[in-house]
Amino acid sequence: MNIYIPHIILGVAFLLLGVGVYALLATRNLIKVIVALQIMVKGAMLALVLAGRETSQPGLGQTLALTVIVADTIVAVIGLTLAVQIRRRFGSLDVKDLTRLKR
Amino acid sequence: MEIIWYVLAAAGALACAILAISAKRLLVSAIWLAGCSALVALLMYLLGAPEIAVIELSVGAGLVTVLFVFAINIAGDESTALPVPLPKPIPWVLVIGLIALIGWLVIAQLSDGALAGQGSDNFYVALWSQRYLDVLLQVAIIFAGVLGMMGLLAEGKKRHVEETPGSDEEKA
Repeated sequence: MNIYIPHIILGVAFLLLGVGVYALLATRNLIKVIVALQIMVKGAMLALVLAGRETSQPGLGQTLALTVIVADTIVAVIGLTLAVQIRRRFGSLDVKDLTRLKR
Repeated sequence: MEIIWYVLAAAGALACAILAISAKRLLVSAIWLAGCSALVALLMYLLGAPEIAVIELSVGAGLVTVLFVFAINIAGDESTALPVPLPKPIPWVLVIGLIALIGWLVIAQLSDGALAGQGSDNFYVALWSQRYLDVLLQVAIIFAGVLGMMGLLAEGKKRHVEETPGSDEEKA
């Protein structure tokens, strides 16, 4: 079986997505949750650039990847801001300590 | 020969991602994430997207890492060795199920030829002519991010102002 470049990129995109989802499900630290989101988005960006390349419209794929980079950075900024504020108010970064929101 | 670079960069990015989620210290985790970003940028460059690779390298591996280090310095680099909230097999089952579902959807799309389209092959034409709305959206998102950072910085100032009159009353 021949292995081509799209197979490698698609495989690593799926595996990055899997690593990110696993970390989202298995971690309780807020900053680690943001790290997991970043890893997932990197997989999505790779898949977008690959899709543009494979469908002979690389400009479109790259434009969408640029939009994802901007959105992902702002998600990181807002997420880290929230994490810092939660740490200041609750004294912990553990998501289990945020149960006051349920009441 | 070129495929070796792809394999090395892909394996490195994956290894960095796994090390980023398994590191005990948050600072170490942020540094592995920066490594993952740099290798993903290399993959993008190899795929023929040098503009996106440069942006990913400067924003993903540079700016975001600085933000992480800043936030970890404020919040404290506490150990992340907390017990897993779900029983161990459940995340693995969900991850494998999700990858299988997405893979099935992607393969179905590829075989149908549904991805074929008439887009531009030039990044600048696509960005400024076809996806101009995306540029406006990006400006709005960046503005939201700036407001978020201002909210973080303004909180400390407000507390400082509130504390000052209280201390004056105590003196009186």
